[in-house]
Amino acid sequence: MNIVVCVKETPDTTAEKKFTADLRLDRSAVAGVINPYDEYSVEEALQQKEKLGGEVTVLTMGPSRAEESIRKALAVGADRAVLVSDPALADSDLVATARVIAAALKKMSFELVIFGQTSTDSSGGMLAAAVAELLGLPALTVANKLEVEAGKARIQRSTDHGYDVVEAPLPCVVSVVSGINLPRYPALKGIMQAKKKELLSYSLADLGIDPASVGSSSKGTKVNTASRVSLSRTPEIFKDAERAAVYIADYLERKKLI
Amino acid sequence: MASNNEILVVAELTQEYQPKKVTFELLSEAKRLAGGGTVGILVLAPDPTSMAAKLAEYGATKLYAAAGNDWAKEVAGSATDAVEAAIKAANPKLVLMASGVNGRDVAGRLAARLGLGVLWDATATAEGESSNGITFNVPIWGGTYTVNSGFTRDEAVLALCKPGSFDLARSEGAAPAEVVNLNVERKTPSALIVQSVQEEGVGVSLEEASTVVSGGRGLGKPENFALVEDLAKVLGAAVGTTRAVVDEGWRPYNQQIGQTGKTIKPKLYLAVGISGAIQHKVGMQTSETIVAINKDADAPIFEFADLGVVGDLFKILPALTEELKRRKGIAG
Repeated sequence: MNIVVCVKETPDTTAEKKFTADLRLDRSAVAGVINPYDEYSVEEALQQKEKLGGEVTVLTMGPSRAEESIRKALAVGADRAVLVSDPALADSDLVATARVIAAALKKMSFELVIFGQTSTDSSGGMLAAAVAELLGLPALTVANKLEVEAGKARIQRSTDHGYDVVEAPLPCVVSVVSGINLPRYPALKGIMQAKKKELLSYSLADLGIDPASVGSSSKGTKVNTASRVSLSRTPEIFKDAERAAVYIADYLERKKLI
Repeated sequence: MASNNEILVVAELTQEYQPKKVTFELLSEAKRLAGGGTVGILVLAPDPTSMAAKLAEYGATKLYAAAGNDWAKEVAGSATDAVEAAIKAANPKLVLMASGVNGRDVAGRLAARLGLGVLWDATATAEGESSNGITFNVPIWGGTYTVNSGFTRDEAVLALCKPGSFDLARSEGAAPAEVVNLNVERKTPSALIVQSVQEEGVGVSLEEASTVVSGGRGLGKPENFALVEDLAKVLGAAVGTTRAVVDEGWRPYNQQIGQTGKTIKPKLYLAVGISGAIQHKVGMQTSETIVAINKDADAPIFEFADLGVVGDLFKILPALTEELKRRKGIAG
């Protein structure tokens, strides 16, 4: 079974972030990492491949420096990678990104496309559904368990009361949450092998996409202002463990929290 | 095509087809924004008009009824087709939906299908630069920044709003909503819910809870989470946890707070045995009040808690549960 896993390079969550003059994240000021959610989608693709055979291709859209993130996915075991890169793509929104990813997927052969549930930078969590829409495929989103057999994919998905089991025929699009598995770390051997694996690059022209239909100028939304939220607190520290229960209860009562 | 002045709300229902609180919140805000204009509500249920009176009390003047017995048996699929049909019927200037997994599935598909602008995780509306005159405030990066965003195109645009963002405004004796029956052409490839499993011990949902008690690796082993659950029960709180605990397999992923889990903003966040790694912090730092209990006086969580209690959670937690029971007059 051939699997494509879609990943994104995101700015390091733990780093201090800045805006550019036009209110975009200043990506040059922050180190890029593979979107933390995508570590789980890559791992899930590898585990499915180990069970069912086939190949795992990593697909990403991003600047050429995203190649570094892709190499990490290759180092843990993905077979090849495809990078869609074009200066016109910068600041693309959900719809433009979905069009590009769907166009790249149309050039590839797969039974399953796996996404991370969301990304740590935009937190949209809609790309899997949007890509499925453009490919005319079912989407099984927010999976915390995935089984593929007899031409079907079956997932578990948390609900308010427990979980649902959801099913769709292959080919389909799946998005996975971070609880689904424990991502492996790359071994030295894998890192060495990754350097030799195939990395294909597509431009917008290769995908037949009009540059005017993507990027900043095509966006359906616009950021007007961005402001830092003041989160400063003055912690009060209480160290008398014997009296702690009564102290906390008093504190909650005073703040009308109970 | 220029849109009507109508605002369309997509009702968020339980699996039993009852409106969730967020549905009334969205209606209340839509009514305020519409300033006397039409507020439509789309209801996907076996008998949509049964809710008409209650929905009208919160501002609905038009009810788009998509009758069917199987809406809750699918993930997003046909619901997408229904929202599309309602958008075509209403030609609204704004569509409001709840910012959950279902809303995201529908919005993702619709945005791609119709080329719509989408905002998500919005917590407030504001006037400002926007094609429809309405902008939204959206907390980003774990709530450390707020951006105000508007739309660029003069057509139906989607805003997904977080539950708990808007005040309820109910007026009794509202005129009944005009019913528009929708004929929904189902064309989205479906993902069918083949089994719905109820799990014991799943109480208040984390996103909607006003109080959350979270336990970390300091609990030592899964059985000790009983201490957290007991306290949560007395407080009427939801139970949360950290990625480390989920990775250990002690608690399910849907309780994970933080970078790769949920981002929440309860009135009270009580962190027990949690050191406060940055990955956890980004999921809870905007809570109104943070109380932390940890035996390590140097734990980072004490730097961003309002009240930090240094001590043994195995002594403090049971004592606190008993103390709160006593104050609330709960026997036991």
